[in-house]
Amino acid sequence: MEGVIPKTLNEALSLMASKNYIPVAGGTDLMVRYKRWKNLTPSFPAAPLFIANLPELRGIYREDDELIIKAATPLSDIEGHSDIPVVLKEAVRLMASPGIRNIGTIGGNVGNASPAGDTLPPLYVLDANVVLLSEKGKRTLRIYEFIKGPGKNDRREDEIIYEIRFKVPEYTHYFYRKVGTRKANALSKLSFAGIAKVENGIIEDFRISLGAVAPFPVRVIEIERKVVGKKTEEIDGQFIDSIKKDYEPYIRPIDDQRSTAYYRKKTSLRLIESFLRAL
Amino acid sequence: MKVRFKLNGEEVEVEANPASRLLDVLREKFGLIGVKEGCGEGECGACAVLLDGRVVHSCLVPFANVMGKEIITIEGLRKTEEYRIIEESLLDAGSVQCGFCTPGFVISIYALLKNNPNPEDKEIREAISGNLCRCTGYQMIIDGVKLAAKRGEKLWKA
Ligand SMILES: Cc1cc2nc3c(=O)[nH]c(=O)nc-3n(C[C@H](O)[C@H](O)[C@H](O)COP(=O)(O)OP(=O)(O)OC[C@H]3O[C@@H](n4cnc5c(N)ncnc54)[C@H](O)[C@@H]3O)c2cc1C
Ligand code: FES
Ligand code: FES
Repeated sequence: MEGVIPKTLNEALSLMASKNYIPVAGGTDLMVRYKRWKNLTPSFPAAPLFIANLPELRGIYREDDELIIKAATPLSDIEGHSDIPVVLKEAVRLMASPGIRNIGTIGGNVGNASPAGDTLPPLYVLDANVVLLSEKGKRTLRIYEFIKGPGKNDRREDEIIYEIRFKVPEYTHYFYRKVGTRKANALSKLSFAGIAKVENGIIEDFRISLGAVAPFPVRVIEIERKVVGKKTEEIDGQFIDSIKKDYEPYIRPIDDQRSTAYYRKKTSLRLIESFLRAL
Repeated sequence: MKVRFKLNGEEVEVEANPASRLLDVLREKFGLIGVKEGCGEGECGACAVLLDGRVVHSCLVPFANVMGKEIITIEGLRKTEEYRIIEESLLDAGSVQCGFCTPGFVISIYALLKNNPNPEDKEIREAISGNLCRCTGYQMIIDGVKLAAKRGEKLWKA
């Protein structure tokens, strides 16, 4: 199936409305997924639509107190941009290798909806929105509404992921850890992103998310609410144990070859504890 | 589909399926066989080239994405003084054995030194983290990069 290189965003949207295309951004996931033997063109199950170089889909902008990252912005541009919150920057910096970050995009990572997608935990704690665009108009979804399960998301066939946007949070503490087998190119065994705001000894904001420990990233607002409002001196061993107990049922790793479920669970709870202790 | 781009300093136009891998187009249509295929999955860096000055793994790049861009392969770099310095430094540091991985490393090292003429060890490690070598130790390659940084001092800063 012959692919198309649209010249403008409008052309891309009208093509997407006419029949089923597979949007291709950097191609770092798709070119591997559909590859065949040497010298043979990868076999896409529907015609690919190459959107990586549409100027309307690239760039990082500020709009009032919101930060906007256009979907086809390469990961390396995000890593190098001064307005990007450190939790996200750190996650991107630890992804893959420079050659992959130079072409892989944030829209591709979100579009992939992999439980091990490394931008997801930071985007969950940032309360990011995913903006979808089609000829019919725009739709804005919270990232946790958009991600539907391993490899599944809420995009309709006529839509493209247009941008990711979030309110730049104020925070005094952040914590990002990626526990993988080898630094470069290791898909996460598990990852942890957390931000918190402590003022005058009181925890005013507390958000954490864990990646690769369940079919989709874990974020549990009800548990976070138990931490918000507490004085830092109230975060003692007993309180930490109760929070860890609360998280336990949400950490349901699939036992694949990358690591055993037991190890992932233990490590996740330990990271939650470290972040609480640091407040 | 016909796609126009700049290859090693020359404007070129070639007919190919836009979904084909840049790696195959470079090797088959242009005979640029210094661009190697190792894993074909983005893991080894043997296929590295520069796209608008940035390192990319050509086995992952759909040909469509190079439209209007500039590609430099190891064959293009070979004519430069920078290349000569990197190659000699790697040889002198003992970081070349079978040589299969070398073109990919040279691409990564060139991109690193052009942006950061005086890299620290951890910056070098990061820059070559997408390149695999089955023969030599990475420490020898790091030594080679440091040698190249020193020998080419003026060039990198230019
Ligand atoms: C060697 C290697 C190492 C890797 N390491 C990591 C890692 O450490 N962490 C990690 O999270 N990932 C990793 N990845 C996976 C991949 O590089 C990332 O997921 C990357 O962000 C994908 O972006 P892309 O633009 O290349 O995606 P593409 O391959 O172009 O697309 C991915 C998916 O998203 C869809 N899509 C892309 N853009 C849009 C859009 N604008 N609108 C609608 N749909 C869209 C595509 O249709 C496809 O389903 C690695 C991949 C490789 C090959
Ligand atoms: S062949 Fe492209 S990275 Fe291995
Ligand atoms: S020298 Fe043989 S793979 Fe590197």
